[in-house]
Amino acid sequence: MTEPVTTELRKTPLNARHRASKARMVPFAGWEMPIEYAGITSEHMAVRTRAGVFDVSHMGEIEIAGKDAVAAVQRIACSDPSQLKVGQAQYSGLLTPEGTFLDDMIVYRMAPTHFLLVVNAGNIAKNYAWINQQVTTAGDAAAIDSSSRYALIAIQGPASREVLQPLTGVELTDIAPFWFSHGEVASARATIARTGYTGEDGYEIFVPPNMADRVWQAILESGRSADAVPAGLGARDTLRLEASMRLHGADIDESTTVLEAGLGWMIGWTNETFIGRDRLRAQKESGVSRRLVGFEMIDRGIARHGHRVVQGDTPVGVVTSGTQTPYLGKAIGMAYVPVAQSSRGTEIDIDIRGRVAKARVVPMPFYKRG
Amino acid sequence: MPYPDDRKYTKDHEWVRLSGDLAEVGITDYAQQQLGDVVYMELPAVGSRVIAGQSFGSIESVKAVSELFAPVGGEVVEVNGAVKDHPETINKDPHSLWIIKVRVSDPGETAALLDGSQYQGLLG
Repeated sequence: MTEPVTTELRKTPLNARHRASKARMVPFAGWEMPIEYAGITSEHMAVRTRAGVFDVSHMGEIEIAGKDAVAAVQRIACSDPSQLKVGQAQYSGLLTPEGTFLDDMIVYRMAPTHFLLVVNAGNIAKNYAWINQQVTTAGDAAAIDSSSRYALIAIQGPASREVLQPLTGVELTDIAPFWFSHGEVASARATIARTGYTGEDGYEIFVPPNMADRVWQAILESGRSADAVPAGLGARDTLRLEASMRLHGADIDESTTVLEAGLGWMIGWTNETFIGRDRLRAQKESGVSRRLVGFEMIDRGIARHGHRVVQGDTPVGVVTSGTQTPYLGKAIGMAYVPVAQSSRGTEIDIDIRGRVAKARVVPMPFYKRG
Repeated sequence: MPYPDDRKYTKDHEWVRLSGDLAEVGITDYAQQQLGDVVYMELPAVGSRVIAGQSFGSIESVKAVSELFAPVGGEVVEVNGAVKDHPETINKDPHSLWIIKVRVSDPGETAALLDGSQYQGLLG
């Protein structure tokens, strides 16, 4: 069976709810998603100081199971998922043989031979095709794209636990960062993971799509006294950038290696079989020629994705993400620069629509919660 | 927010209020809504010339960059420093806060612009 060709945007189970809440809806990776409700700045600040609730149901879920599921996952994930306990998760990469990113993802170990991979919305079909190809060589294991079986709701921010706890019998303090547990939220079957993409403490909650609206409403209701607010993809992007989390398609892609992206810590060198390992090993020996760095603007202006880092008239690098950050109140960003310009304190020049502005290389993350 | 008739509007969502040969230029409420939280403006220097229909600067929100188009041509005689330093104020009061003042070369240029109800009609 072939998929019908359509340009129609996909909708999450919460689409009508977002519209009723007067969210501004935009196309994102083939989905119609809320970019903001009350405003990016206020939503961003709510997450840093209280709590924000995000619909991230567009994210993809790919599950791998079977007797040889560990071998299959070890092949496609550049971390070492064999080290995960059941109930534990880790940040990982789905790499090309060149050690570059098909996608980044979180790997959850659901059972000894059952893994759930949460991948980016725009990459689901590509990832699934690739994973299927690889899994067949790993023995008795199968992959399924179960994206339509989950809605995903994130609550992020210091008040997350107090907002969520009254809705569930799961003792949330027992879930450590990057662990997860099964139970119910607002009487809906749920998997509650202590993961997120904002740099704050919080939870990502997998629920059946037909329960999404009920859970969403219950969380906002429970969050009323803590002033928790719905938050859109706009705030999600500024929050993740302050926390210097990479965005696939912007900071990392099929042209950038894990080491160039400064994500060497995610590599599970104890995993002997992952695709891309040989190239990364070699690059680790020889060293990288460019590196993703964080910068702060010195001159006025905001550097954005695609702006060039220049030396005189010569482009030497590129900005991958940049914004004026609501919480830190400065213009920051990430850029690939030659190694010679990558050390902390180095001043770099960025061509902002024809005007060259100075920026300074600073350590990442820009923001770390206290 | 209504679009007052004490000024004219462009299809690019700027407004211009003329008194004598001095024109105040700002952005409309619709423009600030579309932009979202404004965080930065790049504006011309006092003394520089702007041309009707052409870009005189840019305005950036957290998520996007937009060009500012001059409703009228002339010489920039003043730049609103308070707005430049606190660009977020434009979200709250777009129709009271002018961005630049221009000494217009041809006050007749405003005749081609939209009045409040025409502009409202454009927004639908």
